[in-house]
Amino acid sequence: MTDAAESSPNLNLTRVPEVGCAPIGSAAEMHLAHLWESAPGWRGWLSTVDHKEIGLRYLVTAFIFLLMGGIEALIMRLQLARPDQTLLTPEQYSQLFTMHGVTMIFLYSLPILSGFSNYLWPLMLGSRDMAFPRLNALSYWVFLFAGIFLYASFPLGEAPNAGWFNYVPFAGLEYNTGPNIDVYALGMVLLGISTTVGAINFVVTLFRMRAPGMSIDRVPILVWGTLTASVANIFAIPSVSLAFFLLWLDRQTGTHFFDVVNGGKPLLWQHLFWMFGHPWVYAVVLPAMGIVSDALPTFCRRPLVGYSAVALSTMATMLLGFGVWIHHMFAAGLPTLALSFFGAASMVISIPSAVAVFAWIATIWLGRPVFNTPFLFFAGFVILFVIGGLSGVMTAAVPLDFQLNETYFIVAHLHYVLLGINVFPVVGGIYYWFPKFFGRMMNETLGKWSFWVMFIGFNAGFFPMHLAGLLGMPRRIYTYAPNMGWSTVNMVTSVGSFVFAAGILLFLVNVVISLKRGALAAPNPWDAPTLEWAMPSPPPAYNFAVIPFVASRHPLWEDRLDEGAGRSSLDQGYLLMEGRETIGTTPLDAIPDIILKMPEDSYTPFFLGLFSALAFTGLLLHWGGFTVLMALACSLSLIAWMWPRKALVQRVPDIKQNTGAVHG
Amino acid sequence: MNASEPRLRHSIAFNYAIFLCVLTTAPTALAETENEIAPLNYFLHSYGPASTPTMYLGWAFVGLMVAIFVIIALLLAWAILRKRPAEDFRSIGRDDKGMPWIYIGTGVSTCILFALAIYSLVTLNVIAKPTHAPALTLTVTGYDWWWKVEYEDDDPARRFVTANEIHIPAGLPVLVKLKSADVIHAFWVPMLAGKTQMIPGLTNQQWIEADTEGVYRGQCTQYCGVQHAHMGLEVVAQSDAEFRKWQDAQRKSAATASSTGIDAGKKLFLDRCAGCHTIRGTEAVGAHAPDLTHLKSRRLIAAGLLTNTPDHLVKWITHAQDLKPGTRMPSMVLTATEVASLSAFLSTLN
Repeated sequence: MTDAAESSPNLNLTRVPEVGCAPIGSAAEMHLAHLWESAPGWRGWLSTVDHKEIGLRYLVTAFIFLLMGGIEALIMRLQLARPDQTLLTPEQYSQLFTMHGVTMIFLYSLPILSGFSNYLWPLMLGSRDMAFPRLNALSYWVFLFAGIFLYASFPLGEAPNAGWFNYVPFAGLEYNTGPNIDVYALGMVLLGISTTVGAINFVVTLFRMRAPGMSIDRVPILVWGTLTASVANIFAIPSVSLAFFLLWLDRQTGTHFFDVVNGGKPLLWQHLFWMFGHPWVYAVVLPAMGIVSDALPTFCRRPLVGYSAVALSTMATMLLGFGVWIHHMFAAGLPTLALSFFGAASMVISIPSAVAVFAWIATIWLGRPVFNTPFLFFAGFVILFVIGGLSGVMTAAVPLDFQLNETYFIVAHLHYVLLGINVFPVVGGIYYWFPKFFGRMMNETLGKWSFWVMFIGFNAGFFPMHLAGLLGMPRRIYTYAPNMGWSTVNMVTSVGSFVFAAGILLFLVNVVISLKRGALAAPNPWDAPTLEWAMPSPPPAYNFAVIPFVASRHPLWEDRLDEGAGRSSLDQGYLLMEGRETIGTTPLDAIPDIILKMPEDSYTPFFLGLFSALAFTGLLLHWGGFTVLMALACSLSLIAWMWPRKALVQRVPDIKQNTGAVHG
Repeated sequence: MNASEPRLRHSIAFNYAIFLCVLTTAPTALAETENEIAPLNYFLHSYGPASTPTMYLGWAFVGLMVAIFVIIALLLAWAILRKRPAEDFRSIGRDDKGMPWIYIGTGVSTCILFALAIYSLVTLNVIAKPTHAPALTLTVTGYDWWWKVEYEDDDPARRFVTANEIHIPAGLPVLVKLKSADVIHAFWVPMLAGKTQMIPGLTNQQWIEADTEGVYRGQCTQYCGVQHAHMGLEVVAQSDAEFRKWQDAQRKSAATASSTGIDAGKKLFLDRCAGCHTIRGTEAVGAHAPDLTHLKSRRLIAAGLLTNTPDHLVKWITHAQDLKPGTRMPSMVLTATEVASLSAFLSTLN
């Protein structure tokens, strides 16, 4: 920046943004559209850095992974429907349950939430894009390629097969000689890059990219949820990436991190994995809880009860979430004192959840519920959340967990938590934001049907798993004998799982039909309070024609709520149209601080993602030369990415002193 | 919108009433309607001081959790369905009377959790150690996919090894040391105690005690490879006298009955099986598979997969890979004569 300023003496780097209006169809608005729209065709498709496009890609890709994981689950349910079935070989079953876990936990549950947050954050916060648009694109491409990488060996019958938790020494070279675990290890390191850069992007976006006046106590709870999850990921991902990297070294270069014969420690893997694993569990539910906290009030016709308490409880959950990983290891033979501490901590962690549950119930109680499809999903979610939470308290009781651990009770618990707290809000959230995404409403009748079929199928499928667990059925067995007493519960579970799948299918049918024939959506069809509903559906490429000034937590309900003195200004605000620009504000109070020059569309994220995935493929296949070549290609992509661009420098001379900055 | 109200009422109030009935009655019902009591049903059946306090803890938790669930579900249903004065859709509720919900709800939850934490820690303390010193120490080592059982004794001559079937004297605490020969397994005899992982390179331990004589099923619960599902064991609790008798019999080497058939079978065994299996008193000293010195004394074979009948034994020897795909035991290709003589030999291993 300094160099550029010196070489062009005419360049003035300070300027005060103009305030004005840019109604749709005005010259200013058309100029903005020209500035922000991606090129048509495949070029725009590969190079776009539009957070809305990236968000939708995340949603679609993650949902496809959900369907794949779901099909894997259905195949397993066929195998387990009756005792002594031989539909699958034990090895096929191992690969299926491993890929089911890997898919749902890594390729569906967080990416789908990243999709929502990518799409919605700038719209909710009053910005024109995320802080690092190209990093955002990179995060998506790497996620996509890592997903393909993890699945590539499945058709060859060499998929990861040691469970998603991948305990050593079973995952070590001595007991697992094929490429299965190498695929998993490298795939996880690759995916970790995507998650990490995505998390950094969210954190910076929250602290710098809010509209003026959107102080930290006015951001939607979804933003709190994703922020908390992102901070947690920044701390947790290194642990799992390290673990998988060490495992890969053990397998490929003969190091001895986990190899018992040479002094390696299998328990080390369990610690590293769960230090990551438990925070991750919260990372994949907190943003989804945020979806409910933001969308439920719309259907209750009143603001959320206890905003601050819910925001604080979100962060408290995450903080405690870092101190409970041992509860995955109660049966590992650790001393009683350690178990006592972590058991008690695991009980304490349900206190913040109680805050949220009572906030939701109070919101419904004090509001006037409108029984639209999203409301049904959110109300159903509260029920499932309570069941999952209560069974979680049972597993926190150490002696009880000595029995429950590694039985189907845990399977029931984790599915109530992950499907109940992730899938139900996600599907409800899609019903809610679909008009914003695509400009059309989803079908209500089909929507209600899909809810009831999913809800009944889910409970019929997963509730009996609690009973299977109490009857002693261990996890990850590919079959069971008829005299174990598990036949009935398993049959009910299998039937329920297919009913649940039918519900998901109804939802997909609804999506397809509504995309084509849904009623056209107004900007704010639900009469919702937050900023994303202030713009046309679907939103224009530039999001906000003018950067709004925000005066309250519910800008679109202000007149009726009368909270606080000022009024938000949505039609008049910063114009910012000298190239792609948006406003940077101070982290807490959101006082305008800087004009941020946003990068143009770029191919570099795609190529960097592609080459890094190819480099990992080279490592997997032991193609040394190819790997080096791809690493070089990555460096070239990075150089192209970082190459200074004039467009990113302030060009318009002005009198006052606001510093412009290079960004991207 | 009002049309969905009855359906909502139906679901949340009614469906969940059904689920609750299912929750409280189903385990019993299911366990008793199938052929016999589910052998791993620790929730309703416990037969030892290391597990009974946990069973009571489980009942208390389930009862309380069901009660809490009912209360919250009713609150939610009430919140959704309660009558409200008709108002314009566009009017937004402004009252902020909601905080007491959070204060009371969280306050009550915290107190309940505190009580539960204390109850579970007290229980943990009770089951952590037996009240008096263990009468017996044995080492169980997990293998893919079976269990080696070593009975310790101060006198090395009195030590012995067996597999997949643990005998203990009823009414006395037994210390079980847990090891693994390969990957991580977990030792679980749920009607007697909770589970403990068997981690290579470490020796974990737990104690079990059976109040009454009987047979208690056990199972590996840590995923350990393709035949994790078929890694079962049994604990046989006997009177002190019977246990001693069993112990004395197990200490002996294999009996040396002899006939043409048996000798041919023995030779076959030494040629084909001795690389992995041990029969004390013969040259078979393999260490990769169960000790078969007293094979006939066991109730089950193949780590709990089959009952120990001569037919099953032959089936297992010749079709191990079909019955337990991936097991280390190969399907042996034997002629009818070989089968007959091997069976004859194995039937001497009392």
